[in-house]
Amino acid sequence: MSGRSKGRNGWLLSSPALILLLLAASGPLLIVAVYSVLEKGDYSGVRWILSGDGWFNVLFQRDIFDQTVSLADANLSIFWRSVKLSIATTLITFAFGLPTAWFIATRPPKSRALWLFLITIPFWTNLLIRTFAIMEVIRNQGILNTFLTWTGLISEPIQILYTDTAVLIGMAYVYLPLMVLPLYAAIDRFDFRLIEAGYDLYASRWQVLRGVILPIIRPGIVAGSILVFIPSLGAYVTPRVLGGGKNMMIGNFIELQFGQGQNWPLGAALSTVLLLVVLISLVVYTRVTSKDDPRG
Amino acid sequence: MTKQIAIDARNVGKIYGAGVHAVTALGDVSIAIEQGEFFTLLGPSGCGKTTLLRCIAGFETPTSGSIHLSGRDITYTPPNERPVNTVFQSYALFPHLSVADNIGFGLKMQGKPAKEVKAAVERVLALVKLEDFAKRLPQQLSGGQQQRVALARALAPQPEVLLLDEPLSALDLKLRKEMQSELKRLQTETGITFIFVTHDQEEALTMSDRIAVMSAGELLQVGTPHDIYDRPVNRFVADFIGETNFVEGTVEGSAVRIGTGDLLDVTLDGHSGGVTLAVRPEQVSLRADGSGIAAQIVAATYLGTDTHYTLELGDKSLLVARIQSNSAGGMRVGDAVGLHIDAGAVQVLSA
Repeated sequence: MSGRSKGRNGWLLSSPALILLLLAASGPLLIVAVYSVLEKGDYSGVRWILSGDGWFNVLFQRDIFDQTVSLADANLSIFWRSVKLSIATTLITFAFGLPTAWFIATRPPKSRALWLFLITIPFWTNLLIRTFAIMEVIRNQGILNTFLTWTGLISEPIQILYTDTAVLIGMAYVYLPLMVLPLYAAIDRFDFRLIEAGYDLYASRWQVLRGVILPIIRPGIVAGSILVFIPSLGAYVTPRVLGGGKNMMIGNFIELQFGQGQNWPLGAALSTVLLLVVLISLVVYTRVTSKDDPRG
Repeated sequence: MTKQIAIDARNVGKIYGAGVHAVTALGDVSIAIEQGEFFTLLGPSGCGKTTLLRCIAGFETPTSGSIHLSGRDITYTPPNERPVNTVFQSYALFPHLSVADNIGFGLKMQGKPAKEVKAAVERVLALVKLEDFAKRLPQQLSGGQQQRVALARALAPQPEVLLLDEPLSALDLKLRKEMQSELKRLQTETGITFIFVTHDQEEALTMSDRIAVMSAGELLQVGTPHDIYDRPVNRFVADFIGETNFVEGTVEGSAVRIGTGDLLDVTLDGHSGGVTLAVRPEQVSLRADGSGIAAQIVAATYLGTDTHYTLELGDKSLLVARIQSNSAGGMRVGDAVGLHIDAGAVQVLSA
C-alpha cells in the first residue's frame, strides 16, 4: 500500500468522527452565532434580516418611550453574579476537595477504590433529584433549620433557600466530585517522601504545603478548577431550583430569552458572550498558573 | 584532648504497634558520635540502622531513651527545628524546582536574605562541581548528578550533623567508588559530622572513622574499621564484615585443638571449653610441600590479584584461603597441600 492511499484511507476512516464533530459541535455554535446577528421574530424565532440588536441588548437597553440608551444594569449584575458564584464555587470545592482527595490518596490501595466509588455515587443520580434533596435540607422547615431550632441555636428558621447561598451550596455539592477526582489523581502521583525532605530543610507545615505540595499537584488543581468553573458559569438547574426566580445566573437568563422573553438574538448573543468569557478565563488562568513554572 | 560529642543517643528504643503486634525496631541503643566524625551505622536490612537515623533526623520519635545534639535534648524537637539535614536514599529532590532552588530551599526556609542564599548556593554548587547545572531541573540530570544535588542541598544550610541514608545504593559500581571518595573529601573539607547508613561492609570500611555494627535492633560493636575487622566481638560481626572461616575447636591449655586433631597456638583471653575461631581467608597460607595441616584443594576461583582456594581438611570441613595469584605457584584443584594459619591474628570467639 502506498503512503498516499494509506493517508487517504486514514481520512476516509476518520470521516464519520469528523462529520459528527462538524455537525454536532461546530454546527450549533454556528447557528447560535448567526442568530445573534439577526432581527428578533414577532413571537419567537428570528427574521432573516441582519441586525445588531441582539449584541446591543447584551450591555445596553433602549427606553421604550423616549428611545434613550442606558446600560443594562440587570444583565450586568446577572453576569457579575454568575462569575462571582462560579469563582466562589471553585474555591469552596477546592477547600473541601483538597483534604478529601488527600484523605483518599493516603488510604491503603484496597480501600481507595471504595472511597472513589462513594465520591462518584452522586453522578449516578439525576441532577434534578439531587438538587431537590438539597432543597429539602435547607428549606425553612427542612432538616437543617429543624435541627438548629431543636438545638436552640436559632429561634426562627434561617432563610437559605432562594438566596445566593443556596445556589452556592447546591453548586459546590454538585461539582465537588469534579474537583476531587483530578486532585486525587495528582496527589496519587505525589512522592510523599518530599514532605519529609521539606521538613528536614527547615520548612514549617504551612511552608511544606505552599512550597512543595501545592506546586507539585498544580496540574490537578488547574484541571479541577477548570472542570468546576466552566459548568458553574453555565449552570441552569441549580440556580433555577435553589435560587428561585430572582437569583438568575447566565444560564437561566439565556433560557429566558429563548422562552418567555421571545428574544432569540439576545439569547444567542448572550450564549456567545458566555462562550467567550469561558475561553478568555481559560487562557488567562492557564497563563497565570504556569507563570512561575521553570519548565516555561 | 577530649573530642566534643555531636550526637549522644541514650538508651534509645523504638517499638512500632502495641500488644502482640508490637515490633521492636530498636532495642536499647546508646551511642556517642564525636564532632567531625565520619560515623557509619552498618547492618543488614531491618537491623534498625535507618530507624535510628530517622530518630536523629526527627522523623521518628523514640518510644524510650533520649537523643542529645551538642548537649541539647532534641528527642522531641521537630525535624525543621534541628540543625540536622538528611541525604535521602531516593534523593527526594523537589521536581518543580531548579537545581539552584533545590539547594537554596533550606536557607530560604530559614529566612535567610536572598543575597545570602544565592552566595551559599554558588559556594555549594562549586563544592559538588555542578556549577553548570544550576538552572536544570532534577529530572534532566543523571543519577550521579542528582546524588550530588541531594548532597549539596543538605550541606547548604551548614548543618551540625549530616545524615546519609544509603545514598550510594542506587548508583553503579564505578560511580559509587567515585562518590565514596567524593563524600570523604566533602566531609574533610566541611568538617561536618557525617552519620552514614549502609549495608555494604566494604563501603563502611573504606569511608568511616568509626563503625557501629547493628543487628535486630541492637548495637553489637562500635569501633574503628581496624577494630571491627581484626577483633570482631562475635560471630555475627565477624561474618558480616569481610569473609571469615569459622573453625570449631576445644581449648587445651594455651592452645586450641581443632577438628582435624591439629593444635593451634592462638591468643586466648580466659576462654575455656568449646570455642569458635574466626580465620580470615588472607590469614591462611598454603605450602606445596605438604607441611602443616593436611588439606586438598577442591575449588579455585581466580579474582585477578588474588585467587580464592576452597580447601577440604581431614575432618571433611571446608576452609577458604585467599592467596596472591603470583605467589600461588601453580597449585591446582585436586592438589594435596599443607595449610598454615597465622595463629596470632586469629580471633577466638566463645562458641
